[in-house]
Amino acid sequence: MADSDIESLIELMARLPGLGPRSARRAVLHLIKKRGQLLTPLADAMAKVGATARECVNCGNIGTEEICAICTDDRRATGELCVVEDVADLWAMERSKIFKGRYHVLGGTLSALDQVGPEDLRIPQIAERIDREGISEIILALGATIDGQTTAHVIADEVDGRDVRLTTLAQGVPVGGELDYLDDGTITAALNARKSF
Amino acid sequence: MEWRDQGILLSQRPHGETSAIIEVLTLAHGRHAGVVRGGGGRRMAAVLQPGAQLDLTWRARLEDHIGTFTLEPVKSRAAAALGDRFALAGLSAMLSLAAFSLPEREPVPALYARTVALADHLGADDWALAYLRWEMELLDELGFGLDLTRCAATGSREDLAYVSPRTGRAVSRDGAGDWASRLLPLPPALLGQGPATPEELVQGFRLIGHFLDTRLAPALGDRPVPAARARFVALLARQSA
Repeated sequence: MADSDIESLIELMARLPGLGPRSARRAVLHLIKKRGQLLTPLADAMAKVGATARECVNCGNIGTEEICAICTDDRRATGELCVVEDVADLWAMERSKIFKGRYHVLGGTLSALDQVGPEDLRIPQIAERIDREGISEIILALGATIDGQTTAHVIADEVDGRDVRLTTLAQGVPVGGELDYLDDGTITAALNARKSF
Repeated sequence: MEWRDQGILLSQRPHGETSAIIEVLTLAHGRHAGVVRGGGGRRMAAVLQPGAQLDLTWRARLEDHIGTFTLEPVKSRAAAALGDRFALAGLSAMLSLAAFSLPEREPVPALYARTVALADHLGADDWALAYLRWEMELLDELGFGLDLTRCAATGSREDLAYVSPRTGRAVSRDGAGDWASRLLPLPPALLGQGPATPEELVQGFRLIGHFLDTRLAPALGDRPVPAARARFVALLARQSA
């Protein structure tokens, strides 16, 4: 392998999130030293994923089939549809192993300045899924940001008039959070959403 | 180069993995952009929500560099807006329109003061009318102001009921004559005559919208007026229906 090949590998690795030129160089050196255990299996796995990874046509999740494993799993047809901004959010929800329904990945949020409108996201498909999959509850798991909540309201308009319950995630004190370190917006949201104890 | 000022956050976008580029509207330096180191992190996410009042220090080696901001939060407005659909739509419309239209680094002290006052009174009963007047002042500040002082046809100051879509000048009912159908209706609230009904507000936003679309946007390179404004007006129209 020519030096330029290693250099181009380092350059590519340096484009990954969390890596810079120096850490990419270290990672590549580590991979080369562990060629059998790491480099070759990693290259094989990446080639395989590169060939098969695709967006689920139903929910926008990333999988290796046209319809992802969550959408084809009948046990997840609970009538609950969790709307998330990005696949990373879906994976975060799945890590918690709490939610047993299906997802809908929007692919972003509305952005006034970037001219991202409802037609640029997967918002119209939500109404189609309500009719097709018998959805009874939509959980809006969008960010507690201006853009996230604006998007939530647009979705509410989109499904208005349909027999479906619309809920949103609670906002407030995170697990392990101490009030002294919270911003005033979070404290306000937490106080507004207080419950009986 | 260094200055310190207060400003209202108009927008923020990621810059690299950990930083953000923010745009603020400040009292003495107008609309100003700069990099916030660490602004892309979780710790700063709550601080860097549009509408936040920030105490800013800007530093750069040369004046025309984008420079970096160090900042302290003064007041967060996002939390109040997130739970109120109307306030959220209004705040988004105002901030996106300011970011869209105001020239960079040119102070607009009167408009800044009005912007801060509006942001502080989100959700108030007369907020929509105050915002409509803010849009008029914005047009005025940018050189596209409407002339609602007297009739363009007769010179009369009485019974002003229309605005010419071409010149932006008021026209009285008598002066309009047969041309009335080609003119834009002028709601009395824009002349400071009493509180506005919801229908008048929608009419007023359509009037100002016409000049944003046909005069301001072409002057800014034909970029479309931010959709957040249309969403706010649509919400207002739905509420008045």
